[in-house]
Amino acid sequence: MAEVRLQHIRHSYNANAGEKTEYALQKIDMVWEDGGAYALLGPSGCGKSTLLNIVSGLLHPTEGNVLFNNEDVTSTTTDQRNIAQIFQFPVVYDTMSVHDNLAFPLRNRKMGHAEIEHRVNTVAEMLDLTELLDQRASGLSADGKQKISLGRGLVRSDVNIMMFDEPLTVIDPHLKWQLRTKLKQLHRQVGFTMVYVTHDQIEALTFAEKVAVMFEGEVVQFGTPEELFLKPNHTFVGHFIGSPGMNFLPCELDSGFPVFAGNQIKLAAPITKLNSYKKIELGVRPEFVKLDTKGFPVNITRIDDVGRYRIVKAECSGHNFNVYVPEDIEIPSENLRLSFDPLYTHVYCDGWLHDERKSA
Amino acid sequence: MELEFKNLSKKEYDVTLIAPISLKLKPGIFNTILGPTLSGKTTLLRLMAGLDKPTSGEIWHKNINVTNIPVQKRNVAMVYQQFINYPSMTVFENIASPLRVKRIPENEIKLRVQKVAELLKISPLLKRRPSELSGGQQQRTAIARALTKEAELVLLDEPLANLDYKLREELREELPRLFEETGATVVYTTTEPAEALLLGGYSATLHEGRITQFGPTQSVYKDPKSLIAAKTFSDPPLNTVKVEKKSEGIYLDGGVHWKTTKYLKVPNGDYILGFRAHHLKLSLTKADDLKLSGKVLVTELSGSESFVHLQSNENNWVVHAHGIYNFQQDEKIEMYLSLSNCYIFDAEGIRVYDE
Repeated sequence: MAEVRLQHIRHSYNANAGEKTEYALQKIDMVWEDGGAYALLGPSGCGKSTLLNIVSGLLHPTEGNVLFNNEDVTSTTTDQRNIAQIFQFPVVYDTMSVHDNLAFPLRNRKMGHAEIEHRVNTVAEMLDLTELLDQRASGLSADGKQKISLGRGLVRSDVNIMMFDEPLTVIDPHLKWQLRTKLKQLHRQVGFTMVYVTHDQIEALTFAEKVAVMFEGEVVQFGTPEELFLKPNHTFVGHFIGSPGMNFLPCELDSGFPVFAGNQIKLAAPITKLNSYKKIELGVRPEFVKLDTKGFPVNITRIDDVGRYRIVKAECSGHNFNVYVPEDIEIPSENLRLSFDPLYTHVYCDGWLHDERKSA
Repeated sequence: MELEFKNLSKKEYDVTLIAPISLKLKPGIFNTILGPTLSGKTTLLRLMAGLDKPTSGEIWHKNINVTNIPVQKRNVAMVYQQFINYPSMTVFENIASPLRVKRIPENEIKLRVQKVAELLKISPLLKRRPSELSGGQQQRTAIARALTKEAELVLLDEPLANLDYKLREELREELPRLFEETGATVVYTTTEPAEALLLGGYSATLHEGRITQFGPTQSVYKDPKSLIAAKTFSDPPLNTVKVEKKSEGIYLDGGVHWKTTKYLKVPNGDYILGFRAHHLKLSLTKADDLKLSGKVLVTELSGSESFVHLQSNENNWVVHAHGIYNFQQDEKIEMYLSLSNCYIFDAEGIRVYDE
């Protein structure tokens, strides 16, 4: 097990890269603590797989260093790094039994028979594979095979870090729940440092203690699921996390408070310090917009019923936004008025969260 | 312009892939087939398209039996989970291809392709080839081709499954509106209950080759007629528990019970109670809520919501709560359940009602 430190990592697939846009990774500085559960979250092309390959040693970064327990491993090969990796599609030896699949990495390391049996049985127990040990791996369903891939990492004691690359893509929704819960329990049990790469916010947020949201080769926020939800650092985080994502509305500032379509919007604290900016926006999540008799008037354009809640699409002065309305609250058919929860209404300048403490 | 399937079935080597299905689909309405992988969704779509011959049954379109008409002569478009485009053609030519087959004049082709490209927001990409597109753009191209064909029946086989989460969200919102205008009958398959709900229209739940329920999406969701239909339409999975119905109330294992006069006409005996994860509450909401207790297995937090997996007596349940509840493993918690949020099923899994 290891603490992983990424220092000033930059990477370009073009050897003579000059322009910023030619870098798949702009500049990454991050620390994954020993035994932590982390996720890299972002859309295709955001650089998350590039970063994963740099950590596993498949790619050598153009700039920067990778440290395992404060030891520089940037120039070491993948097999020297002792990494267990679980991919989108399960990797199993089809002709071998489940037992031999699990024993394979240990036999390669020339471990004694008794020790191998002990470990294989322990891990099979953890993964509910005990009954299937004598079966051929080829006969298993996708989730069974993915458990084997996982098990081959778990039997080893020399693993520095366990990495998952979209591991649940081929798994059925009902089984996803089981496997995800299992993964979380296993993390507690074995205490490996685990990193989970995905574009699926639910998988990232539920698995990880801290999530790095990546956008165009940058980590735009590295925070707990709660932080990403309550205080997105960048409009991309607001948009990408949440379903639907955060509402963004153009606004102007008047005596420290944003004004949207002629309505002054309350914040937790007025804005007194402001850097120069090109674009200023108000950000509020659908969950923090309330039906309120004293709010500003809007028109309803559409209501989507998702069972547990409804998403009301509202319009005000040509701007559309989403409102989250729980199952048991009635939506008035006319004269709808809305207000924003000041605690969770934020101002974004050129995409970045305005933070009074950090501003000039 | 109804599309009707009469006792459509498919067998292969004595294995029933699709049990006899009878469905009437209305034009201009989005129909979703919801079921897990291997439940027969793709097989059913291929039968509907006429790509495979049914073992029994007939397909009627506009009151004409079309069962034996080959697929080329039926006006059908299909979009698959894997993005399928002609790799050597530009996006423009890909979208135009069904029109070329129909020998539509060049200037009209141009107009129609441009209009559809506009709708799907791929106008700037018309000169590119599929390999130069992202997954989302490739799938938009495939959907554009299905739209421009102006088919009367459009079959979409998990078209968003291979796309990024956020892209899926965007296209899911656009799709019903795009096809609504064409007046086509659309059949869309998915494994995700939330997707069916967002698409609206009508939904059918499919289980092991059988349609277990069909109707307006909201009513199938809120009023499942069987345990299987309720399970198919629940994510997180439906929570269940064995109950005993007595004259004075409904008893769970361990003796906790609702004192109730509801379900009065239902015979006393053993039943299965089912309820969705978000109806298992962490605080009292109604005076007659039943108080339950359990031991936490694991808690998943999504930033705004909590999924609490727990064990209550011998039952494994999930609580889906709004807000952050960071319970520790083995922590004892209390939960509240309202009978009005529960479904009751008999030993065969058929829903019984309080009447």
